Amino acid sequence: MGKLRETILNPLFKNNPVTVLVLGICSSLAVTVEMKGALVMALSVTVVTGLSSLILSLIRKTIPNRVRIIVQLVVVALLVILVDQILRSFEATYAIDKQLSVYMGLIITNCIVMGRIEAFALGNKPLPALIDGLANGLGYGLILLTVAFFRELLGSGTLFGIPVLKALGYPGNGLVILPPMALIILGCIIWIQRSIDKELQE
Amino acid sequence: MEYISLFIKSIFVDNMIFAYFLGMCSYLAVSRNVKTANGLGIAVVLVLAITVPVNYLLNRFVLQPGALSWLGPGFASVDLSFLSYILFIAVIAAMVQIVEMIVEKYLPSLYSSLGIFLPLIAVNCAILGGSLFMQQREFGNILEAIVYALGSGIGWYLAIVTLAAIREKMAYSNVPAGLRGIGITFITVGLMGIAFMAFMGIAL
Repeated sequence: MGKLRETILNPLFKNNPVTVLVLGICSSLAVTVEMKGALVMALSVTVVTGLSSLILSLIRKTIPNRVRIIVQLVVVALLVILVDQILRSFEATYAIDKQLSVYMGLIITNCIVMGRIEAFALGNKPLPALIDGLANGLGYGLILLTVAFFRELLGSGTLFGIPVLKALGYPGNGLVILPPMALIILGCIIWIQRSIDKELQE
Repeated sequence: MEYISLFIKSIFVDNMIFAYFLGMCSYLAVSRNVKTANGLGIAVVLVLAITVPVNYLLNRFVLQPGALSWLGPGFASVDLSFLSYILFIAVIAAMVQIVEMIVEKYLPSLYSSLGIFLPLIAVNCAILGGSLFMQQREFGNILEAIVYALGSGIGWYLAIVTLAAIREKMAYSNVPAGLRGIGITFITVGLMGIAFMAFMGIAL
């Protein structure tokens, strides 16, 4: 039981894929202007990481080592197409999918997905692989939502589109919405995490 | 003239790193020193310049809505664009493999300096991102796609070499313990991004 707990909790904090392993940065920065987009992205990545780990763990003994990257890419690409088409078919999520534009497709090359398959799924049984994939997706989502929280709150004064600071007369800060601030906010999150957990310092 | 403006724009204004965060993982991991950054940068330019035009043709004649009409009038309403992710990534994986073989055979010195980076480029977001942006922007002809690919590749190269140079110098400065390593790198890239935003106002 202790091991299961570790598999789930480790990727959330101590071994977070974004802040500690520095994987999947591209999308985690680009989609964090608003909470809504970040939430959809986080869920999509969690689903893709979990299911791709499960599928590849199921067929791990039949994949020849030489062509494994191509097999992984095909499985991940199929899952991303599925998620993308599902999002497009509902009116509520269609607009968000449009707004995420190329970053939806870029889940295929998101290093977290490939990283978990290579590092965990190919050497473990399907059930632990599924849990590991889901937990890593959640760890990624946690950082995504934290960055999006600050960017939307300080940038436009809203949360999930509902005016919060804006209602108090906050005019909004255009700089926080622009790409570079995402990097600086993420840098600060890493700083805080490493100040609390001294083991992670370099 | 419009090609020159597209070229300059894709290097500076729409810089892959600073405006779209594409290829960030390898950008951060491989920018510890200028020499390796140089190798990865060249590999990215090379692979982008080959895969984007190939994917452009694929998109134009196979994937776009109505693209298959050259097969006959019955195919005019076929829309295969939902297949683009999987076909683009397949083309990229295959092209990287071919480029690797060609470089190994004819340019062994370049091959040894690129080393492990070449095969890994298949999973670099900048490469797939280049193709997806090409599809989104609906370029008029293949020349535009080539210019765009070259421009964004060079922009990526520029970004990684400058960051590597800054990180080499930063080794001598006194950074707070919690920020050392990846934390300060993020903030540096953020500041570089703000500097690059100065190009945004340029109307070409």
